[in-house]
Amino acid sequence: MSRLDSERIRGDFPILQREVHGRPLVYFDSAATSQKPRAVIDALVHYYEHYNANIHRGIHALAEEATARYEETRQKVADFIGAPGPECIVFTRNTTESINLVANAWGRKRLKPGDEIVLSVMEHHSNLVPWQLIAQATGARLRHIDIDDEGRLRWDDVERLVGEGTKLVAITQMSNVLGTINPVREIAGLAHQRGALVLVDGAQSVPHGPVDVQELDCDFLAFSAHKMLGPTGVGVLYARRELLEEMDPFLGGGEMIRRVRLDEATWNDVPWKFEAGTPNIGDVCAFGAALDYLEGLGMENVRAHELELVRAALRRLSQVSGVTVYGPESPEARGGVIAFNLEEIHPHDLGTVLDRHGIAIRAGHHCAQPLMTRLGVVATARASFYVYNTVDELDSLVEGIEATRRLFSAPARTRA
Amino acid sequence: MRPLVPEPEFDELYRELILDHYRSPRHREPLAEPDVVAEGYNPLCGDEVELRLSFENGAVSGVSCRGRGCSISQASGSMLTEVIIGKEVEEARRLIALFTKMLTEPEGEPPAELGDLEAFQGVAKFPVRVKCATLAWHTLEDGLKQRDQGGGVARHEE
Repeated sequence: MSRLDSERIRGDFPILQREVHGRPLVYFDSAATSQKPRAVIDALVHYYEHYNANIHRGIHALAEEATARYEETRQKVADFIGAPGPECIVFTRNTTESINLVANAWGRKRLKPGDEIVLSVMEHHSNLVPWQLIAQATGARLRHIDIDDEGRLRWDDVERLVGEGTKLVAITQMSNVLGTINPVREIAGLAHQRGALVLVDGAQSVPHGPVDVQELDCDFLAFSAHKMLGPTGVGVLYARRELLEEMDPFLGGGEMIRRVRLDEATWNDVPWKFEAGTPNIGDVCAFGAALDYLEGLGMENVRAHELELVRAALRRLSQVSGVTVYGPESPEARGGVIAFNLEEIHPHDLGTVLDRHGIAIRAGHHCAQPLMTRLGVVATARASFYVYNTVDELDSLVEGIEATRRLFSAPARTRA
Repeated sequence: MRPLVPEPEFDELYRELILDHYRSPRHREPLAEPDVVAEGYNPLCGDEVELRLSFENGAVSGVSCRGRGCSISQASGSMLTEVIIGKEVEEARRLIALFTKMLTEPEGEPPAELGDLEAFQGVAKFPVRVKCATLAWHTLEDGLKQRDQGGGVARHEE
């Protein structure tokens, strides 16, 4: 049984009251972005109505208050992921920017021709393209861990590819398509043994269950606020303090400096060295409310709730003829994401029909084109779950899928 | 049971004619000895069409279309084959322009010249699907250019 009170939770999300095309909204696209509870929306409004000011430099009351809330959120983030301190937390725009920050600020300085970066075939474009760019710039080589038939990383490939030449392993903790939860702790153990650093793409994992960077023993962790009930425009990069210290700045400008002369400058302390310019103050402050909300639910409970949904969804979808589900068979091996296809029907057609039933899913390549190629499909449909979804909503999904099949597979008939 | 096509706008996208062409595509068998092969691909959706074209006296004398992708992209390719066969190359170019305009800059009712192709006018209301409908037509455009260069294979990316 779920340990979350879904009905009560749903009441906290204003958007879930609305209808889409005359039907109650069934929001199954949280892997793309989550909905926001009233507390987060209120926190954002409260910031602009009560203490909107630029941070760190102001000497008036509003600036002090804004600075305090902004830095308070940094502490909350550190606590949320078990980081040793707030100095390990850099605010960015999103997961993508966090990874680009590492690729540029760490990669450009540390990678030499022939060095290897190990990724996997299931990575999101955000954990592929920055490394392609940095490999081109430095002469480093990219290696990719393959998956097995159930969409799990092949451990023999991990052992084969992570070697003496490996400088970094950059891997997702949970696939945004297959739902696969990867053994990043074991990978980190092996990588460290072989002298490589580990970056974990936590965009899909941090919002959906307990994540502790010290337990994972990762060197970098990247994730986004907007996938975990927070506002868009805020990303997080966790990095070990010594790494942040030795890395060059990513962007230059105000805030990240200590002293500037016309032809040179010295850097601010970490983490501010990596936060050039006015940051997204309002959204960072509201992100604090999202973290409070999730802490209130308990991340163990969030995980248990989604596991229940995945178990039910896998069972229901297996009963619909013509549906192919990708990823691990065992619900325990995956997060709240299910990619599937319906016969030969293109997922965009499926997505459009479901939309007309009030059901929001994602359809396409999910920013993982190499994975689509690996799976031998052009695209998939994807339903993804969060704290506000219920098992009852799966009935609507199944009904919508059946309707889609009737529409596209029925023999041609004359119009009534 | 709820109606299959519950909303007017939905009906506008999946018109019966479009569904009919999707379920039973026309001229699917590849032309044996084409003058031009034009391959179209939309990397964002993965939609693919392959047009094979032959020409006689400045007109399209034969055409086939096969591919894989969404109903809009495949139905559009199928209807293209029916409309384009026998057309002068310049006429075909004009249809490409009119069809594209109907989807990207719709203004009032589509011109009568488009005939049944007006079935696609509703796609203009679904911006992410517009390229599905235009894929085959822009592939044809590249195929006609290839003909001007003496035939061969044209590759189009939508």
